[in-house]
Amino acid sequence: MKEPLIYDISSPGRMGANLPACDVPRAPLPKAYLRQELPLPEISEVDLVRHFVRLSQLNYGVDKGFYPLGSCTMKYNPKVNEDVARLPGFVNTHPYQDAGTVQGNLMLMHGLQEFLQEISGFAAVSLQPAAGAHGEFTGVLMMRAYHQSRGDPKRTRMLIPDSAHGTNPASTTMAGYETVKIASDARGNVDLADLEAHCDDGVAGLMLTNPNTLGLFDEHVQQIARLVHACGGLLYGDGANLNAILGIVKPAALGFDVMHFNLHKTFSTPHGGGGPGSGPVGCSATLAPFLPGPIVTEELVEVEHDHEGECDHEHDENEEAYRYSLEAPTSSIGRMKAFYGNFGILVRAYTYIRTLGAEGLRQASQDAVLNANYLLARLKGVYPLPYDRTCMHEFVLSGVLPNAPGVHTMDIAKRLMDFGYHPPTVYFPLTVPEAIMIEPTETESKQTLDAFADAMLQIAQEAKTQPELLHGAPHATPVSRLDEVQAARQPVLQCLKG
Amino acid sequence: MPYLPNTDADRAAMLKAIGVRSAEDLFHDVPAALRFPKLQLPPALSEPEALSELRAISEYNVDLDHAACFLGAGAYHHFVPSVVGHVLSRSEFYTAYTPYQPEISQGTLQCTFEYQSMICALTGMDVANASHYDGATAMAEAVVMALGVARGKRHNVVLSAGVHPEYRAVVRTYTQGMGLNVTGDDQPRDAHALAALIDAETAGVIVQTPDFFGYLADPDELRALSDAAHAAGALFVVSANPISLGLFKPPAEYGADIVCGEGQALGGGLNFGGPYLGYFACKQVHVHKMAGRIVGQTIDRNGERGFVLTLSAREQHIRREKASSNICSNEALMALAAAVYLTALGKQGLRQVAELCYHKAHYAAEQLSGLPGFQVLDQRPFFQEFPLRCPRPVAEINDYLLDEWGIIGGYDLGREDPRWANTMLVCVTELNTKDQIDDLVEALGALPDHDAETEDAA
Repeated sequence: MKEPLIYDISSPGRMGANLPACDVPRAPLPKAYLRQELPLPEISEVDLVRHFVRLSQLNYGVDKGFYPLGSCTMKYNPKVNEDVARLPGFVNTHPYQDAGTVQGNLMLMHGLQEFLQEISGFAAVSLQPAAGAHGEFTGVLMMRAYHQSRGDPKRTRMLIPDSAHGTNPASTTMAGYETVKIASDARGNVDLADLEAHCDDGVAGLMLTNPNTLGLFDEHVQQIARLVHACGGLLYGDGANLNAILGIVKPAALGFDVMHFNLHKTFSTPHGGGGPGSGPVGCSATLAPFLPGPIVTEELVEVEHDHEGECDHEHDENEEAYRYSLEAPTSSIGRMKAFYGNFGILVRAYTYIRTLGAEGLRQASQDAVLNANYLLARLKGVYPLPYDRTCMHEFVLSGVLPNAPGVHTMDIAKRLMDFGYHPPTVYFPLTVPEAIMIEPTETESKQTLDAFADAMLQIAQEAKTQPELLHGAPHATPVSRLDEVQAARQPVLQCLKG
Repeated sequence: MPYLPNTDADRAAMLKAIGVRSAEDLFHDVPAALRFPKLQLPPALSEPEALSELRAISEYNVDLDHAACFLGAGAYHHFVPSVVGHVLSRSEFYTAYTPYQPEISQGTLQCTFEYQSMICALTGMDVANASHYDGATAMAEAVVMALGVARGKRHNVVLSAGVHPEYRAVVRTYTQGMGLNVTGDDQPRDAHALAALIDAETAGVIVQTPDFFGYLADPDELRALSDAAHAAGALFVVSANPISLGLFKPPAEYGADIVCGEGQALGGGLNFGGPYLGYFACKQVHVHKMAGRIVGQTIDRNGERGFVLTLSAREQHIRREKASSNICSNEALMALAAAVYLTALGKQGLRQVAELCYHKAHYAAEQLSGLPGFQVLDQRPFFQEFPLRCPRPVAEINDYLLDEWGIIGGYDLGREDPRWANTMLVCVTELNTKDQIDDLVEALGALPDHDAETEDAA
């Protein structure tokens, strides 16, 4: 099953590309600037294709099977979205073309800004951030800029619930804030007493994921918003779990001031083995001036009709048309990246929203929640459930099985691979021991869920009767369990000969 | 409903198993007054309708299949071999998540390991990560890393004015909460001026080559600047165009500690500015301060070679507020594109592409410098871009080029800095044919003077 490294199949003199000849006179090269060696591989086109196709076959993807990776929303990626993102009219446009020559791109971006505003209830959206964590960092910088604009720089602390994604505290540190951990209560909500105890005039805000990483909709979200606002703080929304609430509730209505969207989760753009994603940020009218720019604006303008060769006199009048431009908000935190955002991803998300419409989006969220609750109902008698509540789009079990000492969540996860599944997210959130976080998404059928539940139940049985099957798993994969300790202790991070 | 496999019968059976009457009941935790808002979105489109709407939107653009283009300035129109798109279209690659489960992710992991190897080959560095969002954020992360290597004890960076203006802007955005002083980019773009700014507070010195204006820095001058940085205990950071590295000295040779940049030119296409690829490489000694995913080689239980994500104790999901960066999702698929591109071009091809860009750009500069009213500003070595002083504002000239000749002219350097008014940054790549260059020269030679145009309009 082992595929040689690309350098091992390299042979001097081969090349896998066919370039044009030089059709201009050659200019002298500055000798002292030139490199001597260029240790890149030399491969023919056919060997290149076979190498990468064989490697692709060692991967698991949503197109191969069920991928219940909690918190990641691994829903099916519609193929039409891939086709439209590859239209030459989009792909072959340069970011510095004059706005008049890229009105299609700008119109699409403006449309997506408006869709996201409508879905979330926010007043404004910037499409610039390239990923969820990038959006979080953007949002935290906006909160900081807001406080500074009010002459209130003593707010240096960001409150973060203990169940939050690691990106929340990491983004907070990058913005120069101190992180303060807020406890969860016995029902998996933010502990209101603990929150209240930490709310004072040194607080910049609270970063809240709702539904949270336990898959639970916080029962006191409006009280949380009131507490944070009452002490002068802002409420940040981690939009990682937006897939549960499209058309169910608008985050802005719950009291959030600023939130990022993960287009690569909620709006079905593919994850690409780790990216590219897209993490637009939406916010209230108060925070809108701080958004990173440029964002797309629309204006209705009169255009002179071109009369040449026209016989139709009814159209002689001037007409109105929309003109789209790029503008930086007045008090912008600045650019978060070069250019305007991951445009190719925006095209896919726009198309997804256009093909589902309002009803389709709500049905998607409803089915995502239904699928999760169904799987939960099938598994909860066997796997310990730390918070026995109606879940949203995902839920968290524990891998601590009765009568199976020595079996860990990692063993259950690896054993699932033998049944042809990608394992759930494991050991997160940190508040649940041996956590197993399952997010089925709405694009899976009842049959798929039943087959997965059967596998989980069988594995729970094996854990008691044949634990060695789990400890040795996976058995049917291209490689067996890998030595991560050796990888970290004796790092081999590239294959060039020294 | 598209993409939703469950039927009403399935839903009814599932609701029964859960023990609730309707799907609405699952949302009882959502405040009742706010539940189920009606979203005002345009009516849903079928697949053929969506295709035709999106095609129509794309056709509102003028794309580079229909116009010769001399724009660069950080986004480059290079040939993307067909194999790149075909490999990227393998859904085993593009529908996978981050390879947290290595046993079923060896494809992504080995490709990333090969990508890291090829980035090391290009730059001469020891280790590379599995990507940043783009060249600008890669540079900002290099600055953050330089601060980390200095363990928070240094608060200055020296940033060359030759760095892309948007990259400099992103460095400032990223570091606004870190108490960092950025100096240097109001100084002349020469190594001596930058070296004079280095002191005991300097954490990093950051340059770009070729610089934003297309000029190649003299490797000896860069070596001297690097020595000055190291003498003060600062890191030397080089942002380099990866295609230029097919021909010119790798930054390791003149002392770089970190090499980063925009990898879009490596098989990425233009895509109106994204998704692009921030590549990032550094010396082995700093690997524990580097941000982002890193793939390492190891063995499995049978002693077989395999690959895993490694050194993750640097990362946000382990270290949380103490992580080297917040980066999680990156540009993995674009890194795969770069790996396929570098494999396809290989040792000879990348050099050929770089040479084609160099020769064609120099041919264009030579032809344009002969036009009355136009001036190629500097005689220093350049790669594929050069500033061209024009007799009229660049925006006007570009309108004329597009309207009369179907040519997309160069970047207007005056849009960022009034000192560069009437100056066009002309970019020529291997995709610009001699005919296109000759057309540009002819078009600019026939540029009507301003007064004539005004009279005409009157």
